[in-house]
Amino acid sequence: MFKILKKRELNPTVTLMDIEAPLVAKKAEPGQFIILRVDENGERMPLTIADYDREAGTVTIIFQIVGATTKLLNAKNEGEYIQDFVGPLGVPTHVEGLKKVAVVGGGVGCAIAFPIAKKLHELGAEVHSIVGFRNQDLVILEDEFKAVSDKLVMMTDDGSYGTKGLVTNALKDLIESGEKYDEVITIGPLIMMKFVCAVTKEYGVKTTVSMNPIMIDGTGMCGGCRLTVGGKTKFACVDGPDFDGHEVDFDEAMERGSMYKEFERHTYEKTCNLLNKEVQ
Amino acid sequence: MPNMSLKKNEMPSQDPNVRNKNFLEVALGYTKEQAIDEAQRCLNCKHKPCVTGCPVQIDIPAFVQEVAQGNFEEAYQIIAKSSSLPAVCGRVCPQESQCEGKCVRGIKGEPVAIGRLERFVADWHNANAQAEVTKPASNGHKVAVIGSGPSGLTCAGDLAKKGYEVTVFEALHLAGGVLVYGIPEFRLPKAIVQKEIDGLKALGVKVETNMVIGKVLSIDELMEEYGFEAVFIGSGAGLPRFMNIPGENLKGVYSANEFLTRVNLMKSYKDDSSTPIMKAKKVAVVGGGNVAMDAARSALRLGAEEVYIVYRRSEEELPARREEVEHAMEEGIIFKTLTNPVEILPNENKFVGAIRCLEMELGEPDESGRRRPIEKAGSEFDIPVDCVIMSIGTSPNPLIKSTTKGLETQKWGGIIVQEETGLTSREGVYAGGDAVTGAATVILAMGAGKTAAEAIDEYLTNK
Repeated sequence: MFKILKKRELNPTVTLMDIEAPLVAKKAEPGQFIILRVDENGERMPLTIADYDREAGTVTIIFQIVGATTKLLNAKNEGEYIQDFVGPLGVPTHVEGLKKVAVVGGGVGCAIAFPIAKKLHELGAEVHSIVGFRNQDLVILEDEFKAVSDKLVMMTDDGSYGTKGLVTNALKDLIESGEKYDEVITIGPLIMMKFVCAVTKEYGVKTTVSMNPIMIDGTGMCGGCRLTVGGKTKFACVDGPDFDGHEVDFDEAMERGSMYKEFERHTYEKTCNLLNKEVQ
Repeated sequence: MPNMSLKKNEMPSQDPNVRNKNFLEVALGYTKEQAIDEAQRCLNCKHKPCVTGCPVQIDIPAFVQEVAQGNFEEAYQIIAKSSSLPAVCGRVCPQESQCEGKCVRGIKGEPVAIGRLERFVADWHNANAQAEVTKPASNGHKVAVIGSGPSGLTCAGDLAKKGYEVTVFEALHLAGGVLVYGIPEFRLPKAIVQKEIDGLKALGVKVETNMVIGKVLSIDELMEEYGFEAVFIGSGAGLPRFMNIPGENLKGVYSANEFLTRVNLMKSYKDDSSTPIMKAKKVAVVGGGNVAMDAARSALRLGAEEVYIVYRRSEEELPARREEVEHAMEEGIIFKTLTNPVEILPNENKFVGAIRCLEMELGEPDESGRRRPIEKAGSEFDIPVDCVIMSIGTSPNPLIKSTTKGLETQKWGGIIVQEETGLTSREGVYAGGDAVTGAATVILAMGAGKTAAEAIDEYLTNK
């Protein structure tokens, strides 16, 4: 059992939790993920690590409440426990040797982009962060990004905060204005990463994406998380989750991600009903 | 005077048309009377050929003689000297190619049903014996076992009985390895596996779940920082293989590992499970091993109307146990042998719509000694299906190899060990089971765990 030491609502649909997991915290690096189960009958859910504190022995996770499991997780409070928490899994993001990097995050993907920006900053790289949200209410981690970025560009779809437009517009503008990046690292919805890659391909900038496919064991046993990268089958759990964005077959990944849509909607509604009953 | 019937006592089992709709155990086990009658078929041969066929050398004639006299607990104690998981082995061992394959009664007629008797004895013990397990006095030596499948559990059990302080590290949230994530409930009830694990805990074995060795901790850390003097690697088979044919990443294509993990470990066959599984109507399982049979029979139980085994060689070459093939056929699995998939075709929603296959014929024997399947030109045909399960083997998991310096592996990734001891290229580090051999059987893994336990004991005693 793993204790929830801190819980903070970042926006109405996104929650941060610090989990007591000293062994995971000891080894965690940006880009790696954990798998958790909320309770005894829970599904195994992968979440990329948002932060870690080796001394305190804690790992930070940030999740959007989109389905049954995240709904159940969000119903837990500080001081309560979750059943299972295993990691760090996957290969850390390669940050060594990078001098100037654009970190592009979208929505809750910013939670994963942040530790990478932080690590790059600590290593002395020049970090330009471009973060995008649907609207002002959904903005998360702004102060955190500010603290580790040499430049921070805030984008919202509706223009209610920062600049109106997509992260791809901002990235294109920066590159056009003469910024030369060793690499672009992007994390967010698949469709966003696909278009970020389309932009960087045009300018020939190496781009790393963090994939978050459906996963069961997360240790290289089931193959459920497979992707096509450069025409070859790769397993996100042991080969990734980071891949060369110009090689990833995003369309296939989007299709595969929709496999259980029906089931997910059904269990989400069931969970909502259940939780509502408990409240009444 | 022995019972000279040429036939084994039939084992009562669920009717095929009932069991193919439920996940309850297929075989129901002998009654006392059947067990005694069957045991009386044993000739108690002096040279004990059956024992040479057993990877863990159970004194088979001795336990069978006890059964014949109705001394079931005595029979159990004889088995327990050599095997830590009799209730499991009695169910999943390929006895026809091991003990029963060597039985003298098998020359004229059917061999003694040793496997069924082992199962009966283990179940009788679990139901009737007052288990008085006492934790042996500690000898002060700590051993780490990586993986809680058959090889790890056997190694842990044997060492614990000798007084070692054993910790088993399991990557998943539940101990048991392939016995819980791979082999379905209808062939091996999970309560039996749990009972075996509880037995080990009573011996003082610690089981740590959620511990992916190679990630959470490395083998070097276990030995240098945590004080383990020896390590046994029983991490099992690894990444599933795919055929690399078009359409393999369509929605509705599973590896057998993923399909069975969803069904067995995550219980997705139950309505209240939070892990989804496709309830397909027509399913093609590619491959002919025990895992393929498990996947096909599970798909049937999830409600599929047509389930095909698609296998490129002929029925004779099917690597699955004969009993599993027969069970599958009785339940209505359709065998498309001499058939090789070349493409998986999508339907209009980008789910699986059909599997395109070629007919094959058998040519000259290949390096495996089996006749090589050759494509028949122009024989292409489609089987309409909405789910495809690839069950064509695995390649070893890279996590331990890539984080353990000096651990030598074969080109294909299997850990290299000395056969007599299980010792790897690293001092104090032993390995066995699928991580060494590639996908094999439960009992071979147990044999390897046993061998390594003896070698570890000798190593630490003389250290």
